[in-house]
Amino acid sequence: MANKIPRVPVREQDPKVRATNFDEVCYGYNMEEALLEASRCLNCKNPRCVEGCPVNVKIPQFIAKVAAGDIKGAAEVISHDSSLPSVCGRVCPQELQCEGRCVLGVKGQPVSIGKLERFVGDWSRENGVRFTECAPFNGHRIAIVGSGPASLACAGDLAKLGYQVTMFEALHKAGGVLEYGIPEFRLPKDTVVAGEIANIKAMGVRIETDTVVGQTITIDELFDTEGYEAVFIGSGAGLPRFMNIPGENLNGVFSANEFLTRNNLMKAYREDYMTPIYTGNKVAVVGGGNVAMDAARTALRLGAEVTVVYRRTEKELPARAEEVHHAKDEGIHFELLSNPVEVLGNEKGWVRGLKCIRMELGEPDESGRRSPVEIPDSYFEIECDAVIMALGTSPNPLLSRVTPGLQSDKRGRIVASEDEKTTREGVFAGGDAVTGAATVILAMGAGRKAAKSIDEYIRKF
Amino acid sequence: MFRIVEKEWLADNICRMSVEAPRLAKAAKPGQFLIVRDNERGERVPLTICDYDPQAGTVDIVIQTIGASTKEMCSYNVGDGFADVVGPLGVPSEFISKSAEELKGRRYLFIAGGVGTAPVYPQVKWLKAHGASVDVIMGAKNVSLIILEDRMKALCDNLYVCTDDGSAGFKGMVTAQAEELLTGGHAYDEAVAIGPMIMMKFVALTLKKYSLPLTVSLNTLMVDGTGMCGACRVTVGGKTRFACVEGPEFDGYVVDYDEAMRRQGMYRPQEIEEDHKCHLGLGK
Repeated sequence: MANKIPRVPVREQDPKVRATNFDEVCYGYNMEEALLEASRCLNCKNPRCVEGCPVNVKIPQFIAKVAAGDIKGAAEVISHDSSLPSVCGRVCPQELQCEGRCVLGVKGQPVSIGKLERFVGDWSRENGVRFTECAPFNGHRIAIVGSGPASLACAGDLAKLGYQVTMFEALHKAGGVLEYGIPEFRLPKDTVVAGEIANIKAMGVRIETDTVVGQTITIDELFDTEGYEAVFIGSGAGLPRFMNIPGENLNGVFSANEFLTRNNLMKAYREDYMTPIYTGNKVAVVGGGNVAMDAARTALRLGAEVTVVYRRTEKELPARAEEVHHAKDEGIHFELLSNPVEVLGNEKGWVRGLKCIRMELGEPDESGRRSPVEIPDSYFEIECDAVIMALGTSPNPLLSRVTPGLQSDKRGRIVASEDEKTTREGVFAGGDAVTGAATVILAMGAGRKAAKSIDEYIRKF
Repeated sequence: MFRIVEKEWLADNICRMSVEAPRLAKAAKPGQFLIVRDNERGERVPLTICDYDPQAGTVDIVIQTIGASTKEMCSYNVGDGFADVVGPLGVPSEFISKSAEELKGRRYLFIAGGVGTAPVYPQVKWLKAHGASVDVIMGAKNVSLIILEDRMKALCDNLYVCTDDGSAGFKGMVTAQAEELLTGGHAYDEAVAIGPMIMMKFVALTLKKYSLPLTVSLNTLMVDGTGMCGACRVTVGGKTRFACVEGPEFDGYVVDYDEAMRRQGMYRPQEIEEDHKCHLGLGK
């Protein structure tokens, strides 16, 4: 019988303290807290949480195992559907997925599914529990482009089926967005991300860093000279978008990608690394997604005063609720219903401010979202010496321009079918390269679907 | 690890290294570049490709010690290795898509400034191998900074060396040498200038009068070199372009050089600080 207690709160670093360091904000549950929280689950006959999960993790089953103290059993339940519980427990927008559908949430607070998933993932890593058993080598070799969430999931599933898999990573470190994009304070690198990479390696997956497919080697060569029989493209989102407003190329204007890559992958926040980073004293971050929150909170930790500029209201912020909440607690200022029209520069060509206009929400568009419209003559200026643009990305042209037969849509995204097949035989794709910027869990789901599809494709011969 | 198999000082502060990178060496084309990270804590530094040998699996890079990272790289010796060498990056020079007939007898003028001579080398080599005729102007502050002179001389039709102080060759800027050639009856179909941004700016201003098509190669700031960060953005023909995936070569007449120069200096204050940081642990 479910325990009628309130949701077990999760311990976090004090906002004042954490605003000055890069340690993880949320401590997660300990065993006692996890058991207690797990006891709240009603174990619904018709679990809506499972429907809410993009990869349909059997949530009530794993939570029942946790409640019974069988954490290894819980990990096994999750492993059937998700290969990255420690990551997804931390970065999934649970309030829109599993937890958003939880029956307990109707009148009170939903079960803390994300924190329980994280607990199970972390416990497994800390206790050396791995589900890395693989079928014997089946004689087939698969190449994977990229090593982010979609690629990791695809590689893991293929390895389990007995394929020999090589992941080609353009950067010097595997992990994709987990490594260069999501900051340390939200997703620790040396434990969580390194743990996932170690798991993949334990399954015999090879990782070749410093290899830009499309430049260092082409997809044709992967087939013809390196002997791979299928290729999965999980190359991620691509080129950062800018607003095309005056002043965007002033010194002190950065894409969130650049800013975060310098700090996350290149460890600019650490004294012992050579990477330079510029934060200024006052930073304006433009955008309202997770990447905007990450950039804002990173700039804050590097010592800046930070304002997030977003053109809709708080309700429409696309970022995870927890990130917005954390950002506010840490002292990030929000300038909502505002849209930049010009980056202002000083005589030396450095940023001195951001000129914005006030917005109001107009009529709902086809998608049902109320689009923001400018309020005439409502210009105002935000004083700042750096501007970070977090406006999403457009697809990277590197692969499509050198891969005959690989079609992209008019927005440059690789065209893939439901089962992740591209227009080129033997080439599959999934994740942000296909959908445009989305979430870790969706990319992971696509990677797993592609693995299944690749297996079917190979078996046909 | 990418092992260094050859090292040679071309000038007091300019070093050439031959590095094992088989896939890169096989894929490299004129006009492209690469990124080196010397060790686990190093920066990703974009460098030009000076030569490549697909058989030996090596690429040649030329590094000028201008900051902490490049100084550290140049301290590496034969047998040492860089943590990362990635490339080739960027789009190859446009001329490699030209047919043999188009190239035969086509006259190219290259204008190289300082270490800009290094990326000019594989372009000249390629063009000569494909039947084009190539003259090269090589400029440096003084004789001690002239690099690859003999190798270039052996390759091109006519080599014109110039130095600011007259310590070697023609006394004066590369632009003056170019004007002398262009007014002195030399005719060219195309020009390529690679060197400091300020040099390329003035080459563009000079050559414009002769309506000679001009290509320049931009050495902008970069992090990943694959289009992801946008640090390399430059204004070309009024539009923002990413030098790493759309360049590094652009039409020399429509580049906003002043903006490009300003952006190059974005991290200079931090770099100076890093360069002066005491790595001996003194003052701690």
